[in-house]
Amino acid sequence: MNLSLIALTPFLGAAFVAAISRRGRLHAAWGAGLVTLIALAFLFPFIAGVFSGQVVVQSVSWIPQLESGLGLDFAFRLDGLGLLFVLLILCIGLLIILYARYYLSERDDMGRFYAYLLMFMGSMLGIATSENIIQLLIFWELTSLSSFLLISYWQTRHESRMGARMALAVTGGGGLALLGGFILLGEIVGSYNLTDILASGDLIRAHDLYLPMLILVLLGAFTKSAQFPFHFWLPNAMAAPTPVSAYLHSATMVKAGVFLLARLFPALSGTSAWFWLVCITGLATLVIAAYIAMFKHDLKGLLAYSTISHLGLITLLFGIGTPMAALAGTFHIINHAIFKASLFMAAGIIHHETGTRDMRILSGLWKYMPHTGLLAMVAAASMAGVPLFNGFLSKEMFFAETLSVADQSWGWVLPAAATLAGIFAVAYSLRFIHNVFFGEISPDLPKQPHEPPRWMKVPIEILVTLCLLVGIFPAFTVEPILAVAASSVLQGPVPDHDLAIWHGFNTALYMSITALVGGVIFYLIRRPLFALQERLDKWLSFKALYELLLAKLFYLANAAVRFLDKQSLQRMVLIFMLFILALGLSGLSGMDASYSLTGGRATLPMDGISLLVALVIMIAAVATAVMHRQRLVSLILLGTVGLGVSLVFVKFSAPDLALTQLSVEVVTIVLMLLALYFLPQESPNESGGWLRSRDAIIASAAGGGVALLVWAVLTRPYETIADYFLENSLPAGGGTNVVNVILVDFRGYDTLGEITVLGLAGLGIYAMLEQLKLAGSSHDGQGRAWDTDMHPVIMASFARLLLPLALLVSLFILLRGHNLPGGGFIAGLITAVALVMQYLANGVVWTQERIPFNLQALIGYGLLIATVTGLASWLFGHPFLTSTFSHIHWPVIGEFELASAMAFDLGVYLVVVGATLLILVYLGLVHHQSHQMKVRKRIR
Amino acid sequence: MELLISLIIGVLTASGVYLSLRGRTFPVVLGLTFLSYAVNLFLLVMGRLTIGNPPIIAADITRYADPLPQALVLTAIVISFGMTAFVIVLALKAFSEMGNDQVDGKHKP
Repeated sequence: MNLSLIALTPFLGAAFVAAISRRGRLHAAWGAGLVTLIALAFLFPFIAGVFSGQVVVQSVSWIPQLESGLGLDFAFRLDGLGLLFVLLILCIGLLIILYARYYLSERDDMGRFYAYLLMFMGSMLGIATSENIIQLLIFWELTSLSSFLLISYWQTRHESRMGARMALAVTGGGGLALLGGFILLGEIVGSYNLTDILASGDLIRAHDLYLPMLILVLLGAFTKSAQFPFHFWLPNAMAAPTPVSAYLHSATMVKAGVFLLARLFPALSGTSAWFWLVCITGLATLVIAAYIAMFKHDLKGLLAYSTISHLGLITLLFGIGTPMAALAGTFHIINHAIFKASLFMAAGIIHHETGTRDMRILSGLWKYMPHTGLLAMVAAASMAGVPLFNGFLSKEMFFAETLSVADQSWGWVLPAAATLAGIFAVAYSLRFIHNVFFGEISPDLPKQPHEPPRWMKVPIEILVTLCLLVGIFPAFTVEPILAVAASSVLQGPVPDHDLAIWHGFNTALYMSITALVGGVIFYLIRRPLFALQERLDKWLSFKALYELLLAKLFYLANAAVRFLDKQSLQRMVLIFMLFILALGLSGLSGMDASYSLTGGRATLPMDGISLLVALVIMIAAVATAVMHRQRLVSLILLGTVGLGVSLVFVKFSAPDLALTQLSVEVVTIVLMLLALYFLPQESPNESGGWLRSRDAIIASAAGGGVALLVWAVLTRPYETIADYFLENSLPAGGGTNVVNVILVDFRGYDTLGEITVLGLAGLGIYAMLEQLKLAGSSHDGQGRAWDTDMHPVIMASFARLLLPLALLVSLFILLRGHNLPGGGFIAGLITAVALVMQYLANGVVWTQERIPFNLQALIGYGLLIATVTGLASWLFGHPFLTSTFSHIHWPVIGEFELASAMAFDLGVYLVVVGATLLILVYLGLVHHQSHQMKVRKRIR
Repeated sequence: MELLISLIIGVLTASGVYLSLRGRTFPVVLGLTFLSYAVNLFLLVMGRLTIGNPPIIAADITRYADPLPQALVLTAIVISFGMTAFVIVLALKAFSEMGNDQVDGKHKP
């Protein structure tokens, strides 16, 4: 059985769920549940093995060239810790899916919700089951991204977007640090596989890079687990729908951070750096967050801070670093996931049925929803650490562990702080219950409260039952999974432990009792505390600090932009040109006197015709520059230069280029003429004589430099790699036109990229032309009105007659391209020219009605054909875009060659036709749409 | 011949640079077109000059023009058409939204 299926199923499922959600609202929920069950089924065959202590590792090396050293294998691992997390993620996920089906309202898009949720689930499963740490990091980042989508699910709400952005910024920043840490870790160990890393603890701890690596890895873990001082994103992420909060902040997202601590525990722990960094962070988080939680009036806010506090507790346990502490940390991961998920879901029900989460308004709900109240009470008791509930067991172990360091100097701080945090936890748990369910019902409630739908409570009932079962019969319920998880955390034997409620009268029990009694007292005197806290509130706002930091960052970025961006294209181009000139000059001045500009290669003799063409090109080019203010004239001159350039191509043995240049020239000129129709016919004389001479000097220097460079290169001998293409074109590519074989075969991948760019340019232009309104002038440069006969009959008739011939020529050019000058690019351009001629002669509207193509789709089909041709070679076990060919004998026509590259060329052809026509046709339509002619509607 | 092609490329570059320093969109687009002519020719001649021997395999010919620069330039020509079109439409869009065809998108006082 393939292990990777567990993590990959939800990703595939996300697409499936998004697709079926169109068929009905609830399909998405059923689909998501089914996907989760399938993932569980994939897990099932491994469970027995893992419980017997087996570690399953499966890896595929997908870049065999990078086999050793780089360690980018696609590798999965399942051991006790992984299994524990996979079970938590999938089982709690299943309950969340059921709950969300009732939570989401009619207006919410269920398909989107469940697709995001499954993506997130897959990412978390990937973290839990990765063997390769780089792969783990990719899943880590995927959780950041998918949680961003989940938190901002209600996209129209400002606080959702801001909360999601903050979560992404903080956890994404942590992910970056983690990448650095993992690369250092991989370098230290010489492998990116967890198996090797976990076995090299001593090597890692003794290494010089241990401390920087540790700090970077911890930054990743602490940001994800919302540890102080990065905790502020978590309360702001409460803008998410409650099922999301229940999932992300109980069993998943934030647990990824502590998972990482547990995962790398054998490799990184056991040093004083680890002890101090992790303990202090965990301790500060535990106490501060528990304190803040007491003063939150928002139900979810209270739970958010309590989550942070409990994560601090787990972090602290791993920081203490004894085997027993690690066991307790693992145990609390389980317990916290169970009771926190049920509390969030209970909070969601309360919000759902009363319309508010504000504890200043909520009270006396017991009368209306006793069932929910009972469930919430059990979960809250577990959170507070009341005996007989599961939270008590791990908290008791926690208290005992804090005492283990008490014999050191300042060692008393740990148990004291732990007890204090315990007091706070009891106080806020009590508040959650007493405040909401007891007392008089408030008249300010937005809705009349009542019990939720039956099935909405089922997930909570299951979890709450677990709270009790684990709390009362720990040895029969949680012990097996805890033992196997803890042994893989420790990578060794599990310390003797006794999961029992009663351990006799010991210090830990006294600490628990102090916490319970102290918590009740704290709750009773809460009113004066609230007043005090309101004055302290502004001192504890890390959100404000984050926002200040963000504002400073934006300010800095804006200042940099202001410094670099001169707000003027003219000035930027000038600076650019001067910079290039300075670079060129510095190169020239570096040469010594013995260095000759002219090399030793023999030059070709000049002939009269070449000289004449060269003169025409140069004169036309200079004239364009001089007469550029008369735009039509300069455009005609530009066309002359373009034709001259295609003659140069003919002269120097480049027939394919000549054909391309010739046809491109036609479409370019038509395009420019169309554009010129809407623009002023003349440029005003803005730059004075000095400016013009300055530009002329710069231009001459640039031109002179390029001419010298070309001369220097052309008079020197050279070596070429072209021989390979010339030799292999016919035997390997099956074509005699080497240029075309390079385009569609040897460098086919480049061509695929290029036609994609062309297609995108076409679509970009289409988007810009949408809604564009330009009047265009009613007369020419001399003030004469346009001729009223827009489509002369003779021209229209001849153009129509020519069309079949032109299309035939382009087909001929396309088919022969592999062996003689031609091919997809040229044929596409010729077809485009032939069709553009129809538009010119007969008008855009007339022609458009007769051309049954959707041009955007044409581009799409072209790209599809080219890509599928490339992919087809995979079917035969060859690399992407390997071409094949054979010769067949056709009756009448004779020997004819068929190459798979021709299909590729057909794709090129379609894209070129589509993009070129899209550009020209829609530019031509601008005039109509500007004059309210309803043309677009009629065009498909 | 080498001298002639060097001069052509130099003059095309000079015209291109001069036009791209102008203050209105249309001449700047023309300037970019000139620069792409110059660059395309430059790339082609980097395979040195060959007359009368196109890279089309035939039985009795042994010497061909270098096909590699030609393949590069062929797609470059088509792509520069796409780019020219994009820029000119951008210029139209700017003209329609700003009411003038200044390259900096604003009226000069």
